[in-house]
Amino acid sequence: MLTTALRMAEEGEQPNPLLPAFYDILWSSVIFVVLLLIFWKVVLPRVQALLDERAAAIEGGIKKAEEAQAEAAAALESYNTQLAEARAEASSIKEKARADAAKIEADLKARATEDAERITAQAQQRIEQERQAAFSSLKSEVGTLALDLSEKVVGESMDDSRSAAIVDRFLADLEREGVSR
Amino acid sequence: MTLLASAANEPEPFHPPSLADFFPQVFLFAEPTIPWFEDDSPIFGINRIMLVRFIAAIALILIFVLGTRKMRLIPTRGQSLIEMGLGFVRDGIAYDLLGEKDGKRFLPLLTTIFFMVLAMNLTGVIPFLNIAGTSVIGVPLVLAIVSYLAFIYAGVKKHPGAFFRNSLAPAGVPWFLYIIVTPLEFISTFLLRPITLTLRLMMNLLVGHLMLVLFFAATHFFLFSLGGGFIALGAGTLVFGFAFTVFELLVCVLQAYVFAILTAVYIQLALAEEH
Repeated sequence: MLTTALRMAEEGEQPNPLLPAFYDILWSSVIFVVLLLIFWKVVLPRVQALLDERAAAIEGGIKKAEEAQAEAAAALESYNTQLAEARAEASSIKEKARADAAKIEADLKARATEDAERITAQAQQRIEQERQAAFSSLKSEVGTLALDLSEKVVGESMDDSRSAAIVDRFLADLEREGVSR
Repeated sequence: MTLLASAANEPEPFHPPSLADFFPQVFLFAEPTIPWFEDDSPIFGINRIMLVRFIAAIALILIFVLGTRKMRLIPTRGQSLIEMGLGFVRDGIAYDLLGEKDGKRFLPLLTTIFFMVLAMNLTGVIPFLNIAGTSVIGVPLVLAIVSYLAFIYAGVKKHPGAFFRNSLAPAGVPWFLYIIVTPLEFISTFLLRPITLTLRLMMNLLVGHLMLVLFFAATHFFLFSLGGGFIALGAGTLVFGFAFTVFELLVCVLQAYVFAILTAVYIQLALAEEH
């Protein structure tokens, strides 16, 4: 029971490496099938599962980041809108306040003018009245004084009708003088 | 005993490498035999090379089964290495040539071929194993047959009834040229492919082994049998042996890659055959 190789070696021949021994093929096939099954059914499914898991994790991470970004963008948008609204409101309030102020100012001015006019008119009226009163009282007093004076100068009394006429004339002169002067 | 005595007295003769190195004695299961096949070939015979193959296969199984047992999303250093190896075959060979859909179908086959060839090549430079499991024709032949069946299966499944016609009588050739083209196509596709796959792998590793043995046997012979001025020569052959070991490492990876990528190319050609 000798192997081919041994027999050949003993005979000094070189074995032919191209001729496979039966056990060579058998064991090569067995090893191949075992390795194939192990890679096919054990190793590669495990690696595939890991790769899927990893891809899912990466995709999940990307999705999460995208969501966060979208949220941030939405928040920014709403802040901007609010800010714009607030600005618009503020400016409208300012506008209204300015209008109100102008109106109040105009009212006050109008009332003040009115008051001033009224006060002026009253004052003028009162001045006129005073003047009239002063004039009439002065008129009678000046007449009497003048008569008294003239009586004393003339030394005789004058009847009332004559004296009245004299006074009137005197006063008229006075008035004319005052006017011309 | 006589061998030991003679070795002690006179210089040990030079042992040149020989093809008999690839047919070591069957030490287990020498029975039963097949009486009519190759002078009583043992059916389950196990010799040193079969043992080396078993060791390579067991190492592969241990590395990949244990290495992928608790895989994490964020890989550890060891897991990265295993993922890199598997990813190289997946992305660099299967998906690259066949696309993702077909690549996935043939991925187990291509992965097995690549790593089986790689592991059995590497045993050639691993100390104490010192012989490539692929340097004996069994593994290259079986894998070449697998590759052959795989591309025929791929073609027949994709183009039922048209695969052989497309392969043997390519479209766009004037009819009278078929007299030349068809035999050539038959030889190149259905004969040369498995033969070249087998021989390329086996001869690379076989010759690599012979070269390594030559360098190191010569070193041993120069240093211990001759001595004297030959020690310098022995140092030279030792350096060459080292350099060649590094070169063999390259050949190991390259031949595994070539075998796997050619299988993928054959499958791709079979799938892409025009209608």
